[in-house]
Amino acid sequence: MSIVDLPVTTEKAGRPESVWSSILYHLGAHPLGSIGAAIMAVFVFCAVFADFITAYGPTATDSAARLLHPDAGHVLGTDQMGRDIFSRIIYGARISLAVGLGSTFLGSLFGVALGLTSGYLGGWVDLVIQRVIDVLQSVPLLVLALVMAAALGPALDNTIVAISIPLIPYTARVIRSNTLALREQPFVEAARAVGMSEFRIAVRHVLPNTIAPLIVIATAQLGAAILTEASLSFLGLGVPEPHPSWGRMLSESAAEYVRTAPWLVIFPGLAISLAVFGTNLFGDALRDILDPRLRD
Amino acid sequence: MGTYIIRRFFLMLLTLFGISVLVFTMLRLVPGNIADIVFNAAGMIDVAEKAKLEKELGLDRSIPVQYVEWISGLARGDLGYSYVSEKPAIKEILPRIPITAKLAGLALLFAVTFGVPFGVISAVKQNTTLDYVLRVVSLSGLSLPSFWLGLLILMAFVAYFGAIPIYTDPPKGFWNTLWLFSIPAVAVGFRSSALVMRLTRSSMLEVLRQDYIRTARAKGASAQTVNYRHALRNALLPVVTVIGIEAAFLMGGLIVTETVFNIPGVARFLVEAIRWRDYPIVQNLVMFIAVVAVSINFLIDLLYAVLDPRIRYAS
Repeated sequence: MSIVDLPVTTEKAGRPESVWSSILYHLGAHPLGSIGAAIMAVFVFCAVFADFITAYGPTATDSAARLLHPDAGHVLGTDQMGRDIFSRIIYGARISLAVGLGSTFLGSLFGVALGLTSGYLGGWVDLVIQRVIDVLQSVPLLVLALVMAAALGPALDNTIVAISIPLIPYTARVIRSNTLALREQPFVEAARAVGMSEFRIAVRHVLPNTIAPLIVIATAQLGAAILTEASLSFLGLGVPEPHPSWGRMLSESAAEYVRTAPWLVIFPGLAISLAVFGTNLFGDALRDILDPRLRD
Repeated sequence: MGTYIIRRFFLMLLTLFGISVLVFTMLRLVPGNIADIVFNAAGMIDVAEKAKLEKELGLDRSIPVQYVEWISGLARGDLGYSYVSEKPAIKEILPRIPITAKLAGLALLFAVTFGVPFGVISAVKQNTTLDYVLRVVSLSGLSLPSFWLGLLILMAFVAYFGAIPIYTDPPKGFWNTLWLFSIPAVAVGFRSSALVMRLTRSSMLEVLRQDYIRTARAKGASAQTVNYRHALRNALLPVVTVIGIEAAFLMGGLIVTETVFNIPGVARFLVEAIRWRDYPIVQNLVMFIAVVAVSINFLIDLLYAVLDPRIRYAS
């Protein structure tokens, strides 16, 4: 898609001056994005303060309290091993956030490196990198992540790596097309004229100008990464025990408990959907703000 | 046009070669092979027995040799044998394809029938309440994991019918098949319909801002004519591309949905094969998925060149 093809400037005349008033301005102008930001804030809050929010440990089993309906003691009920669903969901936010941020960061890092090199150097380097990107892009995200996860073995950090690989091509493409446009700008020529090295121009002058589209893609990918982690864990090839992963909670309970204990199915799924929904809402607003071409 | 097609075709072959190398090497990085799994499961420790099994399965040869054997086998239509069932891989894979194809077809149909009209409505009624509602619904479509949606559907089935649909025996008759496959198709297609809707909306908005739309309006064409005869026809070009990409990438949704509904298609089979380290099945299946994805993209590119004269002349 060509949404973020061009260099982007965020400054506009007549905007409020301070950071805070600027933030307030955008919150008012993008009600849906504000809701998304709020959901994300709650999500992060749960992940950071999980120890203080929950009354039970995420892995604490209690054979006397198996498959309890949601009530005052266990607000969201308990699972087949007597573990408190609410606690597991709150701690699960940590796993989701860790995998989401970790794989988005890794994917962006490699994506930017490849895109910048490819776009700035051009020539045969560009050709080779583009073919590698083609290959990565031709295998559906979940399939590539599945094979990667299986190849690396079940572990939290392996899951992060497995999910980051399919995220690389899209970032690389966008950064490349941005770099291609930026390379021809007068300020690059000026930097070259004063005798700056090519590497320094690429890193100090071209790279900072690709930050806006990068933020837009990374936010969109955060949601995708959280969803992919949930899918991998649901299939039993993602985050292993004892980590309380939302996707894994659904795979344990899945079809078996659809009849008998619907709360085991409803709440973890709701948590995944809300977290992804929040990042998507926020990402959409961010794209509107950072990409002036889409602004009406 | 001719050189464009030929160039594009060779790029496609190059990509497929790259994928085959990638998949093959990735699967060889796995710590422990099928022989290890069989031996651990059976609690056996006889090293000689294990070496014999590895030799039988061809795992003792060097990786490049294994790769060449695989590719030359592919060229001859010989996909090797499944380690688990010991049947020819092709006999395991082929019968499962129509099941997944039906599901994917229905999911795409669902995506287009809902995605395109709602996208147009959303664009034409931009910034109205209806637009906001449709946008939130479509965004939620991109946020719901399809396996969870599948589980919710199963839950609804339990509540209303007291039973869940069964797929282990192939359904008989056209209507019965259509009905049974429509259920998981909704779970898979909801996300795609959301994607198609969002793209139709932004594409329509882009087109509605063009000069020729203003000209059409100025000439007194009715809103209906402008929106559908002029705008939608042009807005559909990028939508066609996304539908093509989605068709190839439905696989992710199919994998989890077939698992939830217990549908014996290729997508679920891939997960099982990965769990079992059944290399011949996994590498051939991933290769098959990649061939489908890459060919669809190739066809879409050609279709695009046919539909959009600017591309035809540029090449």
